[in-house]
Amino acid sequence: MSSNGFPTFTEDEVLRYSRHIILPKIGGAGQRKLLDAKVLCVGAGGLGSPVAMYLAAAGVGTLGIVDFDRVDLTNLQRQLLHDTDDVGRPKVASAIERLEGINPTIDYVPHDTVLTSDNAMDILSGYDVVVDGSDNFPVRYLVNDATQMLGTPLVYGSIYQFEGQASVFLPGQGTPCYRCLFPQPPPPGAVPSCSEAGVFGVLPGIVGSIQAVEAIKVITGIGTPLVGRLLLFDALDMEFTSVKLRWDPACPVCGEDPTVTELIDYDLFCGLAPAQSPPEAEHGVRTTVEA
Amino acid sequence: MRANGAVKVKVPTMLRARVGGEAVVEGSGRTLREVLGDLERRYPGSTATIVDQGGDLHRFVNVYVNGEDVRYLASLETEVAAGDTVSILPAVAGGS
Repeated sequence: MSSNGFPTFTEDEVLRYSRHIILPKIGGAGQRKLLDAKVLCVGAGGLGSPVAMYLAAAGVGTLGIVDFDRVDLTNLQRQLLHDTDDVGRPKVASAIERLEGINPTIDYVPHDTVLTSDNAMDILSGYDVVVDGSDNFPVRYLVNDATQMLGTPLVYGSIYQFEGQASVFLPGQGTPCYRCLFPQPPPPGAVPSCSEAGVFGVLPGIVGSIQAVEAIKVITGIGTPLVGRLLLFDALDMEFTSVKLRWDPACPVCGEDPTVTELIDYDLFCGLAPAQSPPEAEHGVRTTVEA
Repeated sequence: MRANGAVKVKVPTMLRARVGGEAVVEGSGRTLREVLGDLERRYPGSTATIVDQGGDLHRFVNVYVNGEDVRYLASLETEVAAGDTVSILPAVAGGS
């Protein structure tokens, strides 16, 4: 902020972000908020690709990426962060290389690790907003609970074959969290993963772009965030619908009398065997961000 | 639209194989329970992931009548009328 109260930008920033700066609802003040913001993308896969690319382009000042996985040839049908030459490389390295190409003027923080109950609070606590692009139930509940405990907004998105869901979970009583939506995960094996069921390649591009929109809205405070609503997208019928999402006063995490006040064993919660160290870059690994 | 409380049930991709691949099926009944019972009779096994063995809604699936979560209405006893839309929403975790 300059002495006259207007946000200051470098010459490059004025040009790079000019279309935002001249945009009425964002303007210089909104762009400054973006540059000052720290966002964590959980997963550098299908959803994480558009999320990270649009947030980097938008000038989110610090962008963290957490993913333990390596790029696989089967990822390239939809994960635009990675190139054919990246196959075999750690996803965070490949992702950050792509993002540096889009915007070399912001800070990137690689977290080349499995997100667990032991490290989640440490990793997540450095960020203002978390965007969930993970691909399994244990990590989704882990990220939900950790963001609720830390008081950090969470932008949720999830995909299955041709259908997607998105919402925004703000911490604090009165607005719903992921557990208010789905109090319990389905039994193991009931819901096939993308690697088992297939996924329409463009689908994460749409749902992840919606998550990027919501993250920017939360940071800049513009518009009406997708809070208390669950957006449903059906690519086959090209239909967007939304349903009301309510805060559950009995929610064990965000309810009136929370019973889950620290992170638990999410593999156990999801009916899986206790956490183990992940095998080498296999699909569908538990408590891991495969994305 | 059939008479006598025919409601439109929107079936998510995950469950379509259980209803002959249809995205939308009609069901009849005065309550959600009756509509799901009608579906179960016509498509055996179609509601196993919606209703548990005790006859309650599973906690990993949400059902909406005209966009309202039935947990905040009368759950499976929620009354439905001809022309209403029932949407079934299972939890999905995909992101990759």
